[in-house]
Amino acid sequence: MTAPVIEVRNLKTYFKTSGGIAKAVDGVSFSIPKGGTFALVGESGCGKSVTALSVIQLIDSASGYIAGGEVLLNGSDITKLGEKEKRKIRGNKISMIFQEPMTSLNPVFTVGNQIEEAICLHQRKTAKDARALALDMLKKVRFANPEEIYDEYPHRLSGGMRQRVMIAIALSCKPDLLIADEPTTALDVTIQDEILKLIKELKDTMGTAVLLITHNLALVANNADTVCVMYAGKIVESAPTAELFKKPLHPYTQKLLSSVPAISMRGKLLDTIPGTVPSATAYADGCRFSGRCHREMQGCKTIEPVLVENEERHFIACHLFDAVFLAGVNSTHVTRAEAYLPHIKNALVKGGAIVEARGLKTWYPIRKGLLKRVKGYVKAVDGIDLTIKKGETLALVGESGSGKTTAGKSIIRLISATSGEVVFQGRDILKLGGKEMQGVKPLMQIIFQDPYSSLNPRLTVKEIIEEGLIILKPGLDRKRRLKKIGASLEQVGLSADMMSRYPHEFSGGQRQRVGIARALAVDPEFIVCDEAVSALDVSVQAQILNLLKEIQREAGLSYLFITHDLGVVEYIADEVAVMYNGKIVESGPTEEIFLRPRHEYTQKLLSAVPRL
Amino acid sequence: MLSYILRRVLYAVPIIIGVNVITALLFFYVNTPENMARKILGEKNVTPSAIENWKQDHGYNLPPFLNVKEKGLSVVTQTIFFQKAVPLLWFDFGRSDRNNIDIGSEIKTRMWPSLAISLPMFTAGVFIDLFFAMLLAYYRGTRFDISAVVFCVMMMSVSTLFYIIGGQYFLGKLLKLFPISGFDTGVHSAKFLILPVVVGVISGAGVGIRFYRTVFLEEVSKDYVRTARAKGLSEGKVLFKHALKNAMIPVLTNVVVSIPFLFYGSLIMETFFSIPGLGNFTIDAIQSQDFAIVRSMVYLGSILYIIGLILTDISYTLVDPRVIFE
Amino acid sequence: MPVILATDIMVFLIIGLVVYFFIGARSDGPLRAVWLSLKKNRLAAISFAVLLVYAGLALMDSIRWRDIVVSPASNGAVVGSKFASYNAEALSLLDRVFINMRTETEKTYSAPFDDKLFAKETIELPDGKRVRDYPPLKYKGRHWLGTDKVGGDVFFAALKGARTAVIIGTGATVVIIPFAILFGVIAGYYGGVADDIIQYLYTTLASIPGVLLIVAFMLLFGTEGYQGGLISEGMVWAKVFVPNDRLFWLCLILGITSWTDLCRLIRAETLKLREMEYVQAAKAFGAGRLKIIYRHIVPNLAHLVLITFVLQFSSLVLAEAILSYIGIGVGPRMGSWGNMINTARLELSREPVVWWNLLAAFAFMFGLVLPANIFADAVRDALDPRLRNR
Repeated sequence: MTAPVIEVRNLKTYFKTSGGIAKAVDGVSFSIPKGGTFALVGESGCGKSVTALSVIQLIDSASGYIAGGEVLLNGSDITKLGEKEKRKIRGNKISMIFQEPMTSLNPVFTVGNQIEEAICLHQRKTAKDARALALDMLKKVRFANPEEIYDEYPHRLSGGMRQRVMIAIALSCKPDLLIADEPTTALDVTIQDEILKLIKELKDTMGTAVLLITHNLALVANNADTVCVMYAGKIVESAPTAELFKKPLHPYTQKLLSSVPAISMRGKLLDTIPGTVPSATAYADGCRFSGRCHREMQGCKTIEPVLVENEERHFIACHLFDAVFLAGVNSTHVTRAEAYLPHIKNALVKGGAIVEARGLKTWYPIRKGLLKRVKGYVKAVDGIDLTIKKGETLALVGESGSGKTTAGKSIIRLISATSGEVVFQGRDILKLGGKEMQGVKPLMQIIFQDPYSSLNPRLTVKEIIEEGLIILKPGLDRKRRLKKIGASLEQVGLSADMMSRYPHEFSGGQRQRVGIARALAVDPEFIVCDEAVSALDVSVQAQILNLLKEIQREAGLSYLFITHDLGVVEYIADEVAVMYNGKIVESGPTEEIFLRPRHEYTQKLLSAVPRL
Repeated sequence: MLSYILRRVLYAVPIIIGVNVITALLFFYVNTPENMARKILGEKNVTPSAIENWKQDHGYNLPPFLNVKEKGLSVVTQTIFFQKAVPLLWFDFGRSDRNNIDIGSEIKTRMWPSLAISLPMFTAGVFIDLFFAMLLAYYRGTRFDISAVVFCVMMMSVSTLFYIIGGQYFLGKLLKLFPISGFDTGVHSAKFLILPVVVGVISGAGVGIRFYRTVFLEEVSKDYVRTARAKGLSEGKVLFKHALKNAMIPVLTNVVVSIPFLFYGSLIMETFFSIPGLGNFTIDAIQSQDFAIVRSMVYLGSILYIIGLILTDISYTLVDPRVIFE
Repeated sequence: MPVILATDIMVFLIIGLVVYFFIGARSDGPLRAVWLSLKKNRLAAISFAVLLVYAGLALMDSIRWRDIVVSPASNGAVVGSKFASYNAEALSLLDRVFINMRTETEKTYSAPFDDKLFAKETIELPDGKRVRDYPPLKYKGRHWLGTDKVGGDVFFAALKGARTAVIIGTGATVVIIPFAILFGVIAGYYGGVADDIIQYLYTTLASIPGVLLIVAFMLLFGTEGYQGGLISEGMVWAKVFVPNDRLFWLCLILGITSWTDLCRLIRAETLKLREMEYVQAAKAFGAGRLKIIYRHIVPNLAHLVLITFVLQFSSLVLAEAILSYIGIGVGPRMGSWGNMINTARLELSREPVVWWNLLAAFAFMFGLVLPANIFADAVRDALDPRLRNR
């Protein structure tokens, strides 16, 4: 084995917060060989990004500090270097690309200028050489017209283009290590694929090692040699990629993998992890996964497991693989029964169409000039036909800007459509007057993406859910209303005594449940789920997907599921409609679309999706 | 670019007309010419005929906005508004109520002393504030930064009057470094200008430094700064190259908008230091209750502000590539 | 017989707000956030306490009543008698608590803690000889901060300035908050023509430099109303209420010149809130516009209003001094630090210098403005996480 480019030994990075010291990274060790790709995966808050920033020595010294450990670059520790020496390494030996391509580039300097900056800094080139090198880098990141891009300002480029510029900057000095922190999370799936391929290709030609940070397990499966799973500031498991996905050993890894929605899970409930990630300021002494683990034993809470090599290159930190520990416990006492995965039928009642959109158009006028005359239209939704069947789920998929959200909102009249009709219960609801529409409203509800902006922070949960009941169910008296609120909270897995709490007292997943309860309280028949699980971590996402599925089965609900996540689609949808530039390019039963996509765009979309 | 400026100026037209109407409403309708006459002639012993005479002499003997007695266009033109306020649009300020002086020519001569004091004060102030703000941003979070911010808050909490009176007393009267007040033309003006400039800069420093520091720190927390650091740039380069150019955008709003206003001078400074500028002119008019002058000055101030806004917009296009001429 | 000025009502309102703050601190929302930050930030907590002391002084100086003057003809029958009349001077609680300071006046200037007057006089000694010397004070050791030209206690005068400062600092913003919210929300939520008109209105008003607008207004209406001092019967409505109060007009005018900023902020925030998902959820329930504004928009604007309110306070207090100096501030007989500075300014050119009047005014102003600034920073940090740690 070649000597590692980077070796991290027992790294500890802590932050001072008002709640105490947050141990964001707490004893992490790994190494990456030359040309290798090492992936660090985990849910939000597990410390993976902080690890990356610690490796490149960019921890904000105002609140954070490296509390211990070493980061060896080609064998020498860089944590002890002075700031000046560290700067010679940053951007030169180690470089980094970030998640948000929209904000990561300086808006007031040209692309060329920003690439040259790193070149001039580390390579002592003349201006002419630097320019040539910058142009060369632009060509390497597949710009057909590097000369033009060179003089462009970042705001004129798309997200994918900006991320390519970021890659050009990062690789301009041929670093030994490239850190990619969620490099594609903010991008559409087709562009995501493009960027990953680009990184892989450049890495191979330059011999650069890559540290890939992501929450997306599927992405890792295709793009890394070694995968390392982090949980609560520690590495819990690390193995060669194929090995890890084939034989995950740690209970957390197992649960994480089985909670990813996929076509193979159709009709079954997804696996979930109970509880929430512990706070970084108050970790338990023992295993940090204890309390949520389905294979917890006596002593897990108090004795900390260490990362040991279980099989060749397969490391794990779990007492289940610690013979000494196991011998100490009388029996391998499992405190929690294995969560069972019942096979659920996809809906009890199936029938005809519940909602039908025909020729639906939503155009926004573009006004220009002094008099604000209409100079044209943005055709957000440009004549689409959709049929949602009773008790079924139709997934509307598409990339950002395809008009899918506008379409969903137009169907329930949250946005007024320009033309077309939406038939619900035999009537075109777009033509209904205010009074009649008020009768339809409780039957058509919506669940939103962002668990933070979808609940009014100034109202209690009771008030949030009550609002719809007061307006749409005026017949209910106060007592019955309260009963109904309690019932809908319980329906989504919350308890009725949470009613008096405010949204900020809940976690992201719980807030999403409140949002669902709000919609359910008025007894809808049809719910638009607008990216309802996109902002959630995979284990929480699984909980919410299960919940939606169970509710559908119990209440015979129909969903219009708007999403860009094809994994979710193939798991939950009965039918799929693919939207592109305001039009539906292909629709049909899920299996049909996923196995035999006909339209070119659908094919491109599906081939770009990373799979486990 | 030219069409952009033109459009921007066109947008300003309704606002200028609005300002004109508002001031006219205030001075001719809410406050009637009778009131003015009474105040100027003295509250007591005013006969109705004296008031009528005064109104006749000063052109206030017309209805404020509509003259129903006239016919045709004269319904509009034979009014106080048309005679007194509309000419302001082409900078015809008319004559003062009390001494019958030509306000326009007075403004022309008095704006230079105003500029002589406000320009050095403003430029020195901006540069000193920016310098210290950047210094604090560079040393952010350190004890030096924290104590400097505390000091700024304390400086902000002191009345401007204290700085002026204190400056005059200590630097002028006790140490006799500068004359306490007064003005001269040409080179000789320097000795009179130093004290007000020093006082002006100090009194504005607390607010200014803190504001610019906040602007810088806001930029420093942005993602592109992290990118710049990841490139291996030094903290100084990150701050002075990357953050500074972005910070110039909010700084410009603050700075450019005030530039035309420099002609106007400062009400307080000019009275305390006896500078014969426009600020002093205004204060005198207030004290002698000369409504024609005050009205002209209100209008002039608004015009200068609007010009400042236009200049700000234009300067944006020079600094921020994201702003297009739309 | 109590006398209530228009601005007294404002003081009661402000005290009401303080009480509301303590109640609101227990519920959820911006007030609680401020309360929690006060718990953590000791300096801000001390500042808040100092502000409460000033507010207390203002309250004491706003509870006033007139004493009955028994006219000789009434033969002692006082109450309800048609002969009963009231003193033209309405003394406040503050005046009555510090009655000694009010009445124990000297002849003229005396320095702080001095035991003699500031100017030499011819004194007749007990043995009949006349000497020219500094005469001793009538009330030795009582005048902590000295006395002014007419022998009034400077400390007391400075205390009296608190009410004016607190009213200007809070009143000007309080007066305009309803209008700023109304116009800002209409412009932001309804858009269209209403938005165009409101934007035009505030752009135009904002174009007129604030100081000059104040000057214009005060020049036109400044001589109206109660300006401190004695109260004439003509000013009083229903024997208790004095509606025409110059200080109130000053607040209103200061408010008019500063509402545009708040209105602009509220409009922008409303535009943002309008697109929030919880607003859309309410629309999906068919909630009416007014209901959405009342339940979902306005409560979420509260933090903006609160920040503006505290940030404006100190600059308004400082502005009062300047306006009073120019002669367009509060009435000359109203106790105010601006008036104190104005009268004391010439004393600096006396020989030897009379400095205590000026310094007392500045010190009291500083004592209010500094904690106000610190408290304002704490409020902004608590409510605007974007600017935290700055």
